[in-house]
Amino acid sequence: MMRFLLLFSRQGKLRLQKWFLPLPEREKKKIIRDMVAMVLARKPRTCNFLHWRDLKIVYKRYASLYFCCGLEEQDNELLALEVLHRYVELLDKYFGNVCELDIIFNFEKAYFILDEFLMGGEIQETSKLSISKSIEASDMLQETMEEYMSKPAF
Amino acid sequence: MSDVVEKTLTALPSLLSLDSQPGAGKLSSTSKLGQFIRNITELTSKHEEEKLIKKELAVIKDQVSSPYTTMRQMRELMVRSMYCEMLGYEASFAYIHAIKLAQQGTVLEKRAGYLAVSLFLNENHELLLLLVNTVLKDLQSTNIIEVCMALTVVSQIFPKDMIPAVLPLVEEKLSHPKEIIRRKAVLALYKFYLIAPNQVQHIHGKFRKALCDKDPGVMTSSLHIYLQMIQESPDSYKDLVGSFVTILRQVVGGKLPLDFNYHSIPAPWLQMQLLRILSLLGREDQSTSETMYDVLNESLRRAEMNHNITYAILYECVKAIYTIHPKAELLEKAAKCIGNFVLSPKINLKYLGLKALTYVVQHDASLALQHQMTIIECLDHSDLLIKRETLELLFRITNAQNVTVIVERILSFLRLCNDDYTIIDLVGKVAELAEKYAPDNEWFIQTMTVVFSLGGDLMPPDIPSSFLRLLAEGSQSEVDDRQLKVYAVNSYLSVLNDDCSHLPQRFLQVISWVLGEYSYLREGLDQEEVILLLKKLLDQRGVSAETRSWVLSALTKLCRGSGRAELALAVAESLSSTLDTVLRQQGHELRHLIQDGSLHARVLPQPAPANSLEVDSSLSFLDGFVSDALAAGAAPYKPPHQRQEELGQQRAPTLEPYALSLPMSLSSCTVTDRQSPSVLSMSSGLSANSTEPSQRAGVATLMLEGVKRVWGKEGYLPQRDTSETPATVEEPSDVVQSSHQQVVIDISQPEPEPEPPQLDKKQQLASSLFVGLGSQNSACLLGKTEATVPRFRRKPHLNDASSSGTSERSSDSSHSSHSTADSFLYGGLLEEEPATPIQSSRHAPQPIAASGSCEARQHGLTVNGVDENRGGAVVCAKEEKRAHPTQLIESDMVRVRPNALAEGAVVPPQNCSRHLPSTSSCGSDSEVLKLPFELQNLPHSDIISLISDSHLCISCCRVFREDALLIVLFLSNSTEMVLCDVALELSCEELQMGSLRGNVMESMAGRTSSVCHYTVFMERPHTHVPFTGTVSYQTQPGHKHTLHFSGKLTTADFIRPLVLSTEEYGKLWLSFSHDVKQNLRLLTDAGDPLIATLNVLKDCLQLHIVDIIGSEGIVACRLLDGAPCLMHCRVHGASLAVWLRSSLSSFPDCLLYHCQRALQEH
Repeated sequence: MMRFLLLFSRQGKLRLQKWFLPLPEREKKKIIRDMVAMVLARKPRTCNFLHWRDLKIVYKRYASLYFCCGLEEQDNELLALEVLHRYVELLDKYFGNVCELDIIFNFEKAYFILDEFLMGGEIQETSKLSISKSIEASDMLQETMEEYMSKPAF
Repeated sequence: MSDVVEKTLTALPSLLSLDSQPGAGKLSSTSKLGQFIRNITELTSKHEEEKLIKKELAVIKDQVSSPYTTMRQMRELMVRSMYCEMLGYEASFAYIHAIKLAQQGTVLEKRAGYLAVSLFLNENHELLLLLVNTVLKDLQSTNIIEVCMALTVVSQIFPKDMIPAVLPLVEEKLSHPKEIIRRKAVLALYKFYLIAPNQVQHIHGKFRKALCDKDPGVMTSSLHIYLQMIQESPDSYKDLVGSFVTILRQVVGGKLPLDFNYHSIPAPWLQMQLLRILSLLGREDQSTSETMYDVLNESLRRAEMNHNITYAILYECVKAIYTIHPKAELLEKAAKCIGNFVLSPKINLKYLGLKALTYVVQHDASLALQHQMTIIECLDHSDLLIKRETLELLFRITNAQNVTVIVERILSFLRLCNDDYTIIDLVGKVAELAEKYAPDNEWFIQTMTVVFSLGGDLMPPDIPSSFLRLLAEGSQSEVDDRQLKVYAVNSYLSVLNDDCSHLPQRFLQVISWVLGEYSYLREGLDQEEVILLLKKLLDQRGVSAETRSWVLSALTKLCRGSGRAELALAVAESLSSTLDTVLRQQGHELRHLIQDGSLHARVLPQPAPANSLEVDSSLSFLDGFVSDALAAGAAPYKPPHQRQEELGQQRAPTLEPYALSLPMSLSSCTVTDRQSPSVLSMSSGLSANSTEPSQRAGVATLMLEGVKRVWGKEGYLPQRDTSETPATVEEPSDVVQSSHQQVVIDISQPEPEPEPPQLDKKQQLASSLFVGLGSQNSACLLGKTEATVPRFRRKPHLNDASSSGTSERSSDSSHSSHSTADSFLYGGLLEEEPATPIQSSRHAPQPIAASGSCEARQHGLTVNGVDENRGGAVVCAKEEKRAHPTQLIESDMVRVRPNALAEGAVVPPQNCSRHLPSTSSCGSDSEVLKLPFELQNLPHSDIISLISDSHLCISCCRVFREDALLIVLFLSNSTEMVLCDVALELSCEELQMGSLRGNVMESMAGRTSSVCHYTVFMERPHTHVPFTGTVSYQTQPGHKHTLHFSGKLTTADFIRPLVLSTEEYGKLWLSFSHDVKQNLRLLTDAGDPLIATLNVLKDCLQLHIVDIIGSEGIVACRLLDGAPCLMHCRVHGASLAVWLRSSLSSFPDCLLYHCQRALQEH
């Protein structure tokens, strides 16, 4: 089971955080600090895995954004990499050629997509099609045209 | 840049004033957030950011509380506060509004509200309670999206105690027409299962329905739950293996809709989940494993595309193949796969390959040999993680021959490493290796020195204490011990002579203890010098008070003799005015001891007796004081865990003043008391002044430690190696063997050597690393059996039960770790090597054996002795009245105790094949064996055949009398001949034998049986008690035959119910002071878990259930008609917390052990 998922920029700014197990605030802050420090310190051409306490950390960089998740002992690292990749694919499909700014300015959308994709630290829906369908369904339900138009054009 | 900032700041007020106007809807919401974000990103310093965000928060706060804010604006405000929170600034004022938004908004706003709630609040936030109603409403909504949102939020933040509120509705959703709802409901239940498994117990049937759901997504989700449940009890789900295999086959065969493909691999997530489940189900189960070979093979074959996800599947496949019952063909393929991983240029794959290899070498060490060069390359890899993983691999293949090289490698990695967690882990591993394989004393001490100085104070305290215990208890050879101690003293003296200011406290403590205890062993050493060194240490800055007190007790031990006494006296004087009370007290004691030589000699005898130390762990000498205090109205002492639990229950506000202060102060009292002289007298031995109470040879601790070792690292080794004889290490192959001696030396000091060519060096390293890994016997599946005898074999303790853990630990290296020791008679029957079968075969005269076989045919028996035997036992058992297993309170003593394990009745295969005729005839006899009339009404075990040869067959039955255990032995003459001078002897060291009957007979006619019984008493509980016995007889004068047999008894055989009332129980409970706490597994398969669990315990162990009140139960039993043991249980989450009290300090531990066994076997 995935314990947490963090998105942060190359400068170490947190862009998204998701905790699948409840943790006290201080612990979360510590994890974020440690993750950012550890992942950013990695040299190129090293593997995408790390150890942190008893967790396995899997991270991957997409453009200027690092996706980083913490796994339990029995989880498969390669699979987690693919989970990250699938999430990026979903974001890409939703935003259309996603970039960091999309996620910064529409971070709540990124959360919604994540909630459709993962639930309780496990993959909920593996089919790309149905995730985007359900996101769009709830989006379109209420989003007025006006709002749609005023979506920032970066 | 700064002017940009300035501009922004000046622009802010106008922006903000715009915002604060009610109904400023013209500015689009996203752009407000956008503006805010842009402002932040333009800032350069943390300080400015803080200022800006504080301002922003103030604005938001102002707006959310304004009554004019519409829900839509609220949504936007929530998004902004989420952003602030993400940057690490608290926006707690918004929490309540997030809940309101989720409650009142339309769908889109609701979604933002729920999101905000799940980000803001964590599980135990009190505001969550306000959410329950909203969630309930949304769960019942007809709008699918609302239901989805509610399910999502339920799975994210709902704590344990709120689950019952929503559970029925979530459960209902399992049959919702929409698959997305069903899927989410299943996942929500999965989450519930994780946090509160017993609350969803009743839904297990519905999980099965979800597994059969027509939508693959729902089915996939249900697998999460199954994985979890199967992990907990694989045996209960064996019936599903067929379904899982079918599903996997369909998935692999591409039967799922294309929608589920991921990079043209069909549902990889589903595949891996299934593989994991199958490997759990197939572990150690040949027949189950056989059903999955095909599909595993198919998965391996299909997953050959060059993509990450296929590698992930392959990795999982390989793991599964090595977990389940082995099949040569698959193993070969899996090994090839691992090879591909390890050799891959992709670093991620290499990493996984190493991991897989680490997993696999436990089963087949020769695989490491194939990849030795790759492993060596990885050892010098630039990526520390790869290096670390390689060391892990090396750790698994360490043996007595390569230990020096591997430990050297690990230590050099440790010197570079700065991650605490890794250091602790590796230090522990080095300590383990050093203890197990150390080639000589010198190396051992040196390595431990490095371990202590590198591990520092992070090190778990059990490493130094186990090191010290090893020194104190010693091994079997006196000379060796002495040498070890002297070497330790020497090397620590030289450590202290150098600069020791940087040394960690733990190390200093170890040093001072060793010097205090053993410096007298070294000849020609001036003790004054030691005292001076220690004194220097005492004066050194940065030495903690704890360490000082260790040093002081070392000084106390050393201060014999005139010159030293003066030095020590000076120390004592200097401490007389210190502020630290503990030190001052110790100084005081020191002075007293110096002045009174005879007292000193009595308190601290020179060669400290290692084992004779008697610690009264129940502190019975204080009983009088306690009872006086109780009589005077003091509150009874409660152990910390009980206090804590009560504290937990008292969470709800109470109006009474806190009653806790008394026990608290009591406990602090005892802490200081520990330094009193009475304690000093008992601390001279092994763990002199260890400040950990747990190290103080507490009975419970010892037991636990033993258990941990047994089931620790090697515990999960494949159980198959029972059949493996404890062979010596295989001879290393050819070249390696001849060269390894020098190589080891070369490598361990590579620096001063002239640099040999790179490649050669690697080769050398390879040969020294992989020496001793069997290469010829690749099919052997023995795990890492400790073929070599560990260097430091702990001395077995003979005199008390608490040490059984320790002695088990020392022997488990040669035995298989799963020796289910208490299966009755296991020792004599299942082990391959014991003398008995061999001896009996030697004594079996051929012709008579043949006649025996004729006999067997006449009896019309099948040749399968094993089945026959079992059948006999079953018939036997059926004849007796069996008490109904579910009766609860009443205690019915007339019952048959089934044997703990069926294995108990199985005759070893070896024996079976050689003496088929006799065993089978013996089987037939066991059907007619009857207990003597006067014993038939007593509860007793099944009759088990112990041993037989061609003439005589010995069976055994345990009869449980109220005041004793009767061992009833049946001798049956299986021939037509008359046997003369039949004599039987039974002996057992730990038990007291009472009367016996019928153990000598002058003659025994053909085809008759005779019965003799022994009365056995147990005064001190022992977990297992072996007994041995011999039968001798003569077929004709002068031809003496002897049969040896052995077996095991357990405490369980000696436990009798203790019938008393609740009031009596209460009184008795208070009269014992010492108690032991443990958590037991709660049986959750049927009915009320507490009652079910207690019933099982009652049936297996003859306990008397005194009373059950709500979630608590009290149980009593006693050791025969002697010492009582009281057990108090309370359901605590998924486990059963039990407290045990008894007048015999080792009784609770034994009982706990058997309770655990009983529950495990249930």
